[in-house]
Amino acid sequence: MAMSNPLFQYTLRLGDDLLILSHRLSEWCGHGPILEEDIALTNRSLDHLGEARNLLTYAGQVEGKGRTEDDLAYRRMERQFTNVKLVEQPNGDYAHTMARSFLFDAYHLPLMQALLKSKDEQLAAIAGKSVKEATYHLRASSEWMVRFGDGTAESHQRAQAALDDLWTFTGELFESDDVLAQMTQAGIAPDMAAVKAAWSKTVDEVLAEATLKRPADGFMATGGRKGMHTEHMGYILAEMQHVTRAYPGAEW
Amino acid sequence: MITKDRILELLDYVKDPEIPVINVLELGVVRGVEVEESGKAIITITPTYTGCPAMDAMAADIKKELLAAGVPEVEVKMTLAPAWTTDWITDTGKRKLKEYGIAPPEKTADIRALKGEAPVVLCPHCGSKDTVMLSPFGSTACKALWKCNQCLEPFDQFKCL
Repeated sequence: MAMSNPLFQYTLRLGDDLLILSHRLSEWCGHGPILEEDIALTNRSLDHLGEARNLLTYAGQVEGKGRTEDDLAYRRMERQFTNVKLVEQPNGDYAHTMARSFLFDAYHLPLMQALLKSKDEQLAAIAGKSVKEATYHLRASSEWMVRFGDGTAESHQRAQAALDDLWTFTGELFESDDVLAQMTQAGIAPDMAAVKAAWSKTVDEVLAEATLKRPADGFMATGGRKGMHTEHMGYILAEMQHVTRAYPGAEW
Repeated sequence: MITKDRILELLDYVKDPEIPVINVLELGVVRGVEVEESGKAIITITPTYTGCPAMDAMAADIKKELLAAGVPEVEVKMTLAPAWTTDWITDTGKRKLKEYGIAPPEKTADIRALKGEAPVVLCPHCGSKDTVMLSPFGSTACKALWKCNQCLEPFDQFKCL
C-alpha cells in the first residue's frame, strides 16, 4: 500500500511538514515577545500555510480519490500524518522557536531551489512561489540565531540549549526510503545529499557567526515519515481538527 | 455579447481587498482573459504571496463584478507558474501605492540588488532616503515594516519579489 503512489506520498510529506510547522507558529499569535515579532511569526505561519495548501491540494489531485486540502488537513488521524518530528516540537522559549525554524529554513530553501528543476511541473511551480518566501524566512531566522548566540550570556545559553535539544530531530530531514528513492530516480525529488550539503554549510556559517557550537551527531529520531510521532502530535491535531471533528461538514 | 475589452474595463473596478486603492490589473495578477462563444468569461489569476488570504476574496469579487455586468457565466482559474513578481505591478499601481502611504517595491533587476546591496526605500510620507527596516514581516504577507529617520513615521513597504 505504501508504494502505491509515491508522488502522492512525497507531495503529502512536503505539505505535512509545512502544515504542522505553520500550526505551531500560529500558537504564538498574540503571545509574541514584541509586536513586530508577533506579526513576523504569524506572517511566517501564513506563508507556510499557503504553501501547505498548494501541496495538499496537489496531493489530493495526484491521489485521485477526490480528497481536498481540507480532507487531508482535518480528516486524517495522527498515524496518517507524514511530517518530520522536528516541526511538531513545542515552541518552548523564543530561542527554541527560532532554532526550530532556523534548522527547518536552512533545509527548506535549498530543497525548494532544487525542486525548481523537478520533472513534475506542478511541484516546480509550487517551488517557484515558495523559494521567494523561503529566502527571507531563512534570513530572518539566521539573524535571530546570531542575535541570541552573540547576545547576552543568558540568550547564548538558551540558544545553545535549543540547538542541543533539537539536533536529534535533524537527521530525519535527509532520511531516505523507497518513496524518496523512486522520486529521485524519476527526477521529481532532488538529490538530498546536495540539499544536506547546503543545509550543513548554512548551519556552520550561521552558528560560527553566532558563536554557537554545532551539536555532535548522535542518536537521530526517526519515524515521522511513517506516521510515528512524538507525544506532542496528538495535542496539535486535537486543537487543529477540533472544529471539523465537532461539527462535521460545517461551512461558513 | 460582452467583449474582452469590456471585461478589462470591468476588472478596473475590482480592487485588492487589503489595499483598496489598487485594482487587480494594476497589481498584475490577471494573467489571462478569454471569452467563449457562449459568452462565458474565463479569467486566469495568479497569487501574489503563497499564503495571501486576499486571493479568494479577489476571485469572488471578480465573479461578482462580471456577473453583475451581465456576463452569463464566469470562471476564475488560478495559475502558479510563472510565479508573480512585483515587477508586474504597473507604474500607475506603484504611484497609487505611494499615495496611499505604502512604499512601492523596487525593480527586482535593480542594479543595487544585483550587487547585493540593500535597497534604498524612500519614505512615502516625506520622500527621505534615510529609512530603516524594522521587520521583514508587516501588516500583511506582502509588506515589510519600515521607519523613516527624518519624519519618524513608520510605514509599510511592498516587499520586492
